[in-house]
Amino acid sequence: MKYLKEYRNGENIKLIAAEIQKVTTRPWTLMEICGGQTHAIAKYNLQQLLPEEIQLVHGPGCPVCVTPQEIIDRAIAIAAMPNVIFCSFGDMLRVPGSDRDLLEVKAAGGDVRIVYSPLQALNVAEQNPTKQVVFFAVGFETTATANALALSLAKQKQIDNFYALISQFLVTPAIQSICTREDCRIQGFLAAGHVCAITGYRQYRSLVKKHQIPIVITGFEPLDILEGVLRCVRQLESGRSEVENQYQRAVTKTGNTVAQDLIKQVFKVATQQWRGIGEIPASGLVLSDDYSGFNAEQTFNLPALSISENRGCISGDIMLGLKKPGDCPHFAKTCQPQQPLGAPMVSTEGACAAYYRYQNQVESNESAVSNSTNR
Amino acid sequence: MNLQCPIPPTADEVVRLGHGSGGEMTQRLIDQYIQPVFSNPWLSQAHDSATLPWKPDQLVFTTDSFVISPLFFPGGNIGELAVYGTVNDLAMAGAEPKFLSCGLILEEGLPLKTLQRVLISMAEAARNSGITLVTGDTKVVEKGKGDGLYINTSGIGTLIREQPIDPNRICQGDSIILSGDIGRHGMAVMACREGLEFESDLLSDCAPLNGVVAQMINAGIEVHCLRDLTRGGLATALVELAESCGKTFILEESKIQVSDAVQGACEILGLDPLYVANEGRFVAIVPEGASKQAISILQEAAAESACGFIGTIEQRNCAQVILKNSLGCDRLLQRLPGEQLPRIC
Repeated sequence: MKYLKEYRNGENIKLIAAEIQKVTTRPWTLMEICGGQTHAIAKYNLQQLLPEEIQLVHGPGCPVCVTPQEIIDRAIAIAAMPNVIFCSFGDMLRVPGSDRDLLEVKAAGGDVRIVYSPLQALNVAEQNPTKQVVFFAVGFETTATANALALSLAKQKQIDNFYALISQFLVTPAIQSICTREDCRIQGFLAAGHVCAITGYRQYRSLVKKHQIPIVITGFEPLDILEGVLRCVRQLESGRSEVENQYQRAVTKTGNTVAQDLIKQVFKVATQQWRGIGEIPASGLVLSDDYSGFNAEQTFNLPALSISENRGCISGDIMLGLKKPGDCPHFAKTCQPQQPLGAPMVSTEGACAAYYRYQNQVESNESAVSNSTNR
Repeated sequence: MNLQCPIPPTADEVVRLGHGSGGEMTQRLIDQYIQPVFSNPWLSQAHDSATLPWKPDQLVFTTDSFVISPLFFPGGNIGELAVYGTVNDLAMAGAEPKFLSCGLILEEGLPLKTLQRVLISMAEAARNSGITLVTGDTKVVEKGKGDGLYINTSGIGTLIREQPIDPNRICQGDSIILSGDIGRHGMAVMACREGLEFESDLLSDCAPLNGVVAQMINAGIEVHCLRDLTRGGLATALVELAESCGKTFILEESKIQVSDAVQGACEILGLDPLYVANEGRFVAIVPEGASKQAISILQEAAAESACGFIGTIEQRNCAQVILKNSLGCDRLLQRLPGEQLPRIC
């Protein structure tokens, strides 16, 4: 398990944690962009190793969480149609729509299938020529690459029963948007390593220059994350703001240019709605004109949708780093993984799910013990 | 021992609705495919029930149903699962498995060759675990109303020792012993079902556990509790036990063995091996002083030696399972809200 065990090595991690303790003199608030990083932080309880001055908050990097309610409702409407095979990554199946989720559509007889890649969905289309196969193409630059490849192959092979329901996001405009908010309290970013493996990190230089804020490209293992924190804190403590690449084993300055070309060929940049956050200019991808025939939204005659978003969910504030899951009055009470008010409680990358799964009950049990002892 | 049906089916012979009619076709199915494979005096009674010799005060009874796609997977098949699953449930109660029933739900169109392969596997599995199939039933459902084949097995056994093996006997200070590495069955089935190609060959751990359990009990180890790790994996099994006995289980993550192949597959799919299914692993909860001997017996019995001590039982105010990682940080293990779903990226 090269590139895994060494990044989970307890002794090395403790050394980095000790170094962070040593260099930290003031409070700093850092945002980890990716939900994968959030889950690693919660799973390994990394906050426990950090000095009190360092606060980690969670960014908008969970693709499931930021997919607008409207798209979820469209997915549900399409999946419920006869003669449709609806293929999706597993994460999306539990995300609540206005009145039900995709798992409920499946239970009611809809042909909803979990796939592990868009190419698998393309295979389903080839194997079922009499069915209309729709792939739920959600995510950031990482999934955009694989989605673009599947669509490109579908075009080459002239597979005419394959469609994509697109909900693609771009990370850099989201960081830019956070930096320009008046209520922004973020002082440094841990950027998502896997996104940068595609995009490279040149695009962050102008951001760093404009907002005077450190950005460290960071991986997903405990050692990666603590190294990212250390690099960020060192910059902040010395008054620097630079782009640094902690995730050198996967990320280069220019990124994967083949993937970038493929994305450009299949998609074009557009204004994108982010669930809980709102509209961010040039932060999404839609199908380019050459690929518009694969657009599921245009192909299917969708019924008029009445979008009903749960107003109790504060996912936007959580993803902007303004609040933490525990700050939500519904957290672990009326909002639980079995009955979520919003996507962050169901997604495997959602901040609320991470807190619920790994931390909430340790904390509540500890307080139960403490209360009991006090009695 | 390889069992062979005397009349092998031709390639195009399939299960038909008439095979479930209770008439001549049903009788032919039983005579040609089932009786020859499981032949024994009790089954040959050909009565509505099997009349069995028994000591009534030591009866242990269990049932389980087996639904799996695909029917054949690396390291096993539905027939082996159906026998070992029930055998293992009996073993976990400290019983010696004795007699087995088998209900077959066949889907119209199932190739008879497939059925025969499954039946032969069941017979071999029964022989491996010392249990005898003494009664059964066959039904056929229309094409499209089943996944080829469902199996229900019920088993009865006799307690090896009068002292029960029960979650309520778990005590503060007990040791938690894990019988091997985890996650093989779930990942092997998933890789096979989804057509995922991993560099390593992932094989299910599907196996009978009654032999090694009997060795532990017969060696005089005061086994307080046993639990086989099936759906929900190690984490779910331990959460259930902690809640049953009202105590806190403290686990050491570094002691829980996961093969590189399983770990790698889980990393790719975003799954947690602690929650992945097993079919040949169990935890034994024994007094601290007996853990060394228990591990020694397990090591001798297991082909691989990944078994060992993984944690202890503490008496706190909460029934919970806490995993201590290599950083010294704690993680609470809970039941999953639903099935584990692979992540996006």
